[in-house]
Amino acid sequence: MKGHNIGDILFFSALRLVSWLTVLLFVGMLVFIGHLAWDAISEKGISFWWGFEWNPPMDEFGAAPFIVGTLASSAIAVAIATPISIGTALFLREIAPRRIASIAAFLVELLAAIPSVVYGLWGVFVLAPLMRENIQPFLSKWFGPETYFAAALGHLLTAIAYPFLLVGDALGFTQVTLSSLSAQMMAFSQGVFDGAPLGLGLLTSGVVLAIMITPTVTAISREVLLTVPDSVREAALGLGATRWEMIRLALLRTGRAGLVGAVILGLGRAIGETMAVTMVIGNRNEVPQSFFDPAQTMASVIANEYNEADGLHLSSLAFVGLSLFVISLIVNFTARLVIRYLDGKGKA
Amino acid sequence: MASSVSTQAMHAPAALETRDLNAWFGDLHVVKGISLSVPQNDVYALIGPSGCGKSTFIRCLNRLHEETDGARVKGEVLIPGAAKADNIYASGVDPVSIRRRVGMVFQKPNPFPGLSIYDNVAVGLKLAGIVRRNILDDVVETSLRQAALWEEVKDKLKKPGTSLSGGQQQRLCIARALAVKPQVLLMDEPTSALDPISTARIEELVIKLRNDVTVLIVTHNMQQAARISNRTAFFLLGELVETGATKEIFTNPKDTRTEQYITGRFG
Amino acid sequence: MKNMKLSAKDRSRKIYNQIWLGVLCLLAFAAIMPLFFIFAYLLVRGWAGLSLSFFTEIPKPVGEVGGGMANAISGSLVLMALAAILGVPLGITCGMTLVELRKSSTAKFLRVAIDLLTSVPSIVVGLFAYALVVVPMKGYSAWAGGFALAIVMVPIVARSTEEILKLVPRSIHEAGLALGIPRWKVLVRLILPGVKTGVTTGVLLALARVSGETAPLLFTAFSNSFGFRGLSSPTASLPVQIYTYATSHDETWRQLAWTGALVLVFVVFCLNLLTRILMRRT
Repeated sequence: MKGHNIGDILFFSALRLVSWLTVLLFVGMLVFIGHLAWDAISEKGISFWWGFEWNPPMDEFGAAPFIVGTLASSAIAVAIATPISIGTALFLREIAPRRIASIAAFLVELLAAIPSVVYGLWGVFVLAPLMRENIQPFLSKWFGPETYFAAALGHLLTAIAYPFLLVGDALGFTQVTLSSLSAQMMAFSQGVFDGAPLGLGLLTSGVVLAIMITPTVTAISREVLLTVPDSVREAALGLGATRWEMIRLALLRTGRAGLVGAVILGLGRAIGETMAVTMVIGNRNEVPQSFFDPAQTMASVIANEYNEADGLHLSSLAFVGLSLFVISLIVNFTARLVIRYLDGKGKA
Repeated sequence: MASSVSTQAMHAPAALETRDLNAWFGDLHVVKGISLSVPQNDVYALIGPSGCGKSTFIRCLNRLHEETDGARVKGEVLIPGAAKADNIYASGVDPVSIRRRVGMVFQKPNPFPGLSIYDNVAVGLKLAGIVRRNILDDVVETSLRQAALWEEVKDKLKKPGTSLSGGQQQRLCIARALAVKPQVLLMDEPTSALDPISTARIEELVIKLRNDVTVLIVTHNMQQAARISNRTAFFLLGELVETGATKEIFTNPKDTRTEQYITGRFG
Repeated sequence: MKNMKLSAKDRSRKIYNQIWLGVLCLLAFAAIMPLFFIFAYLLVRGWAGLSLSFFTEIPKPVGEVGGGMANAISGSLVLMALAAILGVPLGITCGMTLVELRKSSTAKFLRVAIDLLTSVPSIVVGLFAYALVVVPMKGYSAWAGGFALAIVMVPIVARSTEEILKLVPRSIHEAGLALGIPRWKVLVRLILPGVKTGVTTGVLLALARVSGETAPLLFTAFSNSFGFRGLSSPTASLPVQIYTYATSHDETWRQLAWTGALVLVFVVFCLNLLTRILMRRT
């Protein structure tokens, strides 16, 4: 409708065409990877996701170890990175003088610019030996088997799981006694920090991931904190709140949704991260039982095996990729919803 | 309402005429059935309280209004020679060709950032495919002289247009509009962002421009309208209340609403 | 009595305040510390292998001392150039659509697609390029690698172009239109040249990002150990080579990996620094 200029009509049609090609590119991703994965999808269906055996020579393909590995390593990363990132964002906003804040923010940005493979290199040759020689022995001494921590954790998990057990019993789903539940939970918690300190493994990959997502989460948290109006901060300070009380009452509470969104975006990055994880996680296709166990994530198994794979193996790896794709889309979408919720609240 | 002017316009040929012109923003009807005739080489002032549709009205005259999302125009605008049967809203008319005949100067000076003073003036021709250096040089100088800016900038034509002062920038924008040799020049409150001295210079300039083009100027400053225009139209709430010779309008308005506005009772 | 109680409570609030502020400082320190830790190792271990032959020689077979990463460096340059040729025009075009046709359904779908593209893990992009390019071409190639990297670039370039175009006031468009210049010429000849620094910044940022990407290249460009052999052959790249050598057991190769990492990080940081300088100028 706008204008009748021939040049305009041509130009904007071309613009539209190219834009739709890009949209198509995205849709094409799903289609093409789905096509690659088709053999595995039609053979296994969604039971692929809870198959625990991954044994290419035997044509056994279950993705559960990788899904667990991805979730566990990302969870560790998020657990470590969340306090550090939000703490740093608060530091930059509330404590650091302007000049120091800008330098620190710059350094954090540099951290974000380091390529994944360099983190992996550093993880293999610097962090892994450190984990093996110092950190893992320390952790297993204080939190490993036969420690107060393991016992306490076992009891705690039992206490948490027991109500569910009762409900399950009442509905007739489960028939587990308290003592057998307790025994299972104890066995689990004894194992959390058990195992040979290999250096490479789940915990190491979690730490590397934490370092990698910290800049992302920090940057977004910082933006979120900047949207809290100064009047809110000043109101709190004016009421006689200490700086920390103001941070807690004004900043953290007002920015809650945005900070959660930032953390979820960090989680999304951790889930999709490939190279660094592939290099430090130890690459064992089994569900890890301990933080020290070598494991495998969805991304790392593709990176490791794709070049040597063919037939159903290749197609199963593509299926893993497709699943990873869908999971990251869901995670990022959730983050966006959460942040939009914040936006809506900000406007109201 | 506009009959008195229309009859007068019979003698001098009209440079621009609108017939039942309507404009909308979405559902908002902002210009309501305006019929107006502007004689050649007039300075025609459009006055009225803000929000009365006068800016939208002149943005219809070079088909700029329709570039806004959700904007719509209905009616006829006749400019001799501009289009088939002179109607710039006839189907199939390329708005681009209209805008070459109808120049515009905006409220705030808006020279193209990144372009030199020279290029700001020459760009309209350059992009129309005129690249001969001597022609461009000529046009730039003439236009800058017409805009009373030449003496101030002739030694720094390569400097960015944005380096000039606000008043100079506005005159640069006038030179830019004149460079494509329009039949009609639309000015949308061209001095509202300027200081009194710059305003005075632009007013002088507009009076001189009369010899070369027909000027429609929107202003909310009634003294300005009185100083520079020979005809005035009073707009209110999207309607044309009254038109006439400027002197008539200011000394002896026919409509009581015009009188109220002119004597400062509202607006 | 009452006053004393209050002041005791105040004192504990103050101490509490001090403790938490201290904790925040520690957390910030913890966030930045890895940077120095990584830097120090990169410099120390990478510097040891830095020599002219690193840039000019191709790798030697396992067990032999010496050799360099010339193949990977030239390959990376080729891949980045390909990625830029494919990705930059596409990204800029998308950015223009997002601004110029912002109300249209095209722009709405495109915005969603771009947002989602940003969140696609890079290894998945590699899978896509494998399916779309490697499978039909029946082999690894620079084309496939460049295509994968281009997909990574597109959303970055599109976003930055959109941001920068949004800053151009409407009045500039209108001034151009009012001169009787067609919309597309206003955009391409008047607006874009005015924001070229901003667009360049986005392109450099995307290049910095792409120069370190490894996962999308593993099974698209793959690798080779003799240097560039044409766009349809497997092509080495610095990041993939670093990955391969880092996970090898050969000491010479590991040294090459460290030196390669130092060079890579240097390049990435230079690109980032350049964007900063450009950004400050605008």
